[in-house]
Amino acid sequence: MPSAPQSRRRVGLTLAAALSFACAGGREASGPATVIQNKGSDTMVNVAQAWAEEYALVAPDVKVEVSGGGSGVGIAALIKGAVDIASASRNIKDEEIEQVRLNTGKDPRDFVVGYDALAVYVHEDNPLTHLDRETLAGIFGEHGTIERWSELGVRFPGVEDDRIVRVSRQSSSGTFEFFRSWVVGKKDFKLGSRDLNGSKEVVELVGHTLTAIGFSGMGYATPAVKMLGLADAPGAAPVPPSLDAVLDGSYPLARSLHLYTLGEPKGATQAYLDWILSEPGQQVVARSGYVPVPPSARAAAGAGAAAR
Amino acid sequence: MTAPAPAPRPQRSRLERLGESLLEGLIRLSGVSAIVFVLAIFFFVFREAAPVVFSRNFDLWKFLFSIEWYPTSASNVRYGTFALTVGSFAVTALAMAIAVPFGLGAAIYLSEFCGRRLRETLKIVIELLSAIPSVVWGFIALTVTSKLVVDATGAAVGVNVLNGGVVLALMSVPIIVSIGEDALKAVPDSYREAALALGATRWQVVYRVLLPAARNGLLAAVLLGVGRAVGETMAVLMATGHAVHIPGSLLDSVRTLTANIAAELGEAPVGSDHYRVLFLTGVLLFCITFAVNIVADLAIRGVRRRG
Amino acid sequence: MSAAAPPATNPAVPRFARTAHVARKERSERVARVVFALMAAAMVVPLAAILGYLLWKAAPALRLEFLLDVPKKGMTEGGIWPAFVGTLYLVGLSLAVSAPVGVLAAVYLNEYSRDNAFTRAINLAVINLAGVPSIVHALFGLGAFVYAAQFGYSILSASLTLAIMTLPVIIASTREALASVPHSFREACWNVGASRWQTIQAVVLPNSISGILTGLILQVSRAAGETAPIMFTGAVFYKAVQRGDLLPYRLDEQCMALSMHLYTVATQVPNVQEAIPYATAVVLLGSVLLVNATAVTLRVWLRGRKRW
Repeated sequence: MPSAPQSRRRVGLTLAAALSFACAGGREASGPATVIQNKGSDTMVNVAQAWAEEYALVAPDVKVEVSGGGSGVGIAALIKGAVDIASASRNIKDEEIEQVRLNTGKDPRDFVVGYDALAVYVHEDNPLTHLDRETLAGIFGEHGTIERWSELGVRFPGVEDDRIVRVSRQSSSGTFEFFRSWVVGKKDFKLGSRDLNGSKEVVELVGHTLTAIGFSGMGYATPAVKMLGLADAPGAAPVPPSLDAVLDGSYPLARSLHLYTLGEPKGATQAYLDWILSEPGQQVVARSGYVPVPPSARAAAGAGAAAR
Repeated sequence: MTAPAPAPRPQRSRLERLGESLLEGLIRLSGVSAIVFVLAIFFFVFREAAPVVFSRNFDLWKFLFSIEWYPTSASNVRYGTFALTVGSFAVTALAMAIAVPFGLGAAIYLSEFCGRRLRETLKIVIELLSAIPSVVWGFIALTVTSKLVVDATGAAVGVNVLNGGVVLALMSVPIIVSIGEDALKAVPDSYREAALALGATRWQVVYRVLLPAARNGLLAAVLLGVGRAVGETMAVLMATGHAVHIPGSLLDSVRTLTANIAAELGEAPVGSDHYRVLFLTGVLLFCITFAVNIVADLAIRGVRRRG
Repeated sequence: MSAAAPPATNPAVPRFARTAHVARKERSERVARVVFALMAAAMVVPLAAILGYLLWKAAPALRLEFLLDVPKKGMTEGGIWPAFVGTLYLVGLSLAVSAPVGVLAAVYLNEYSRDNAFTRAINLAVINLAGVPSIVHALFGLGAFVYAAQFGYSILSASLTLAIMTLPVIIASTREALASVPHSFREACWNVGASRWQTIQAVVLPNSISGILTGLILQVSRAAGETAPIMFTGAVFYKAVQRGDLLPYRLDEQCMALSMHLYTVATQVPNVQEAIPYATAVVLLGSVLLVNATAVTLRVWLRGRKRW
């Protein structure tokens, strides 16, 4: 009888040892690989993922970690020095630059790596082709009065309930803030819109819902939805979203996509950013549905340029 | 005194005894770990929320009873969670309206009507049903049941209270069945025998004897189901359409307290008021489920004392 | 217990005409039986329907390569290896933490504690720990592990959060297993002079080990399916990992996870092959149900060979 507990204890010890060994093993195994942490904009998370995936083929020893969260979250992490690269679909704010300086003693370095256009989506069977900003404010804005498609002269035969189903993004996303500031400036949106969590979810819901209108990145378009042309004022000529309209600035909902680093990037991070701004990296941008930086502007944006 | 002296008890080494008392200390420590963790959860969640609670411009009344949730407004930030609370309760109420009759009905069938083999099989099915991860339920709600809802009701959008309620009902049925069955099992057989001897049918036994006798346990089953439904996150995030407003019908989209945290926490800059208010919502949720669980526990103990 | 069947009519005995009252009673009996059976059946049907539908939609993608391959083309093609391994990491580490604490806590509750207010408080705490919403666990993990303990967004933080969340599962089933060991076994052991711990070690644990294992298995299934607690503590959208790499992560890095991956491909990744989210759901659900089925089988098998 005394021997039985003994052996059992030994089993227990071995088990504990094995466990701690396994933990230590996990820690050791991936020693030499370099990890680049990239966090930020949800708009850019897909293109950031595509870069990371392609780059794994170019430089297998570098592992890029991609997480979303939002532009503000990425920059907040940069301020703390917790990430190597912050992605943001907006410009870094002055007070954020100040905080970066204060916290890390370095200046944030800005790389424009592409452009995005927010598109206003409706169902493909919706006869509407364009909208102006004032009408959008009437639909989305806090005291906007437009509630039904019939008020816009749009009729859906056989549909009784033609209330406009507003599809939006959760209010903390950069996409939401960008769209809101263009449509209503500093004012607020009406409550009661479906504030979805993913850019893709917005487009899918609009694609399923005849009476819906929503906004999301141009890259998320599917055959079930239609992008509307937008005009700044009621009389102005509407501009549909396109590569050219984004680059020449005529499309109102265009914005540049940034990557920020702490000071001049070095080593693996620099190589990664250089690759992103090179032809293969920019092809990834185009494939993800965004607008690449034109070749003429790449040199100015690149890390190499600053080092020269 | 003539009997041989008993063999001396083998002395254990001091090391062994020390090891044993250390181990017992560890056991006692682990024993209280649950209390420590519950307190720690409250402490750490409240700690992140505290600065906003004690700041001068925070209005608890508005936080609880205003429907205006504008966490990122450029001109006028407002943190009113009333619509979210109503959303949580709307979805939970619908889920319970479906799950309670079905769950209790199934519990009665399991404990009073079906044979042993069938009962074992059904219990395994219930266990598997309860093991389905909530994100899978959410995915099903988003891709499958939302379309069924549109087809069945003609609603414009399939992600709404009805969709969320049905999915939550499926998620909380297993807990209602298993706790409910336990409660029915706890009713002494002598009650049943007495009723049967008086010529009652089994339905009469259930209705007149068992339900009143197991009342507290069944109440606990329902409450634990409520707790599960209120706290559910991923499934409602994907199922309910996430719109901040007081629902006027089953086909309106709503946002719940849990889904709101899940959707916005990732994008609220750490340390901002928005971030802290989300933690405060967590404190609110913690308090709701804590209260529900305590009442359920009291109800269960009521049963035990009598049984 | 199940009530005795209603007495069969014996043809030899002259029977009284059934009164309307008796007929009504019998009818209500039949109706009740059918109604309750239907309610029970209402649980079997959705389980079967869900499994069937998911499998049917996932079929085009379901092959071994899907499990072993990494996501490709912006996560629209390829497999789920990094997410699968990440889930193994999270589950393994959380089990390593919660298993000892949970089992020892159950030993305390069943073998050491007296029936007093303190023990009742512990019981209440266990119940509440199980009832705390998963998103509140996420907030706790973020506040306690990521920030206060400074583990950062990492596998470590996420696993610890999962460990605390799943602790009640282990405590509850271990307790049940310990309580099923007859008290006379303990008394016999005490009577030969064994100390409390020696008794536990020599008699109680060996006789309840199967029930304890069942609890650990259930913890694994629970931890594998959770999404909210890891979303904000250590799971990333994407991470570059080599195909089939068994040790791709360090414990202070973030990882992908199956549950989170299902959420992102369902809501954020545009133009993903239709079968991929379904196949991800099938792999997640399949693993969880497989683990649960193991626990059920173990329990049934052991109940069959119990000696008392």
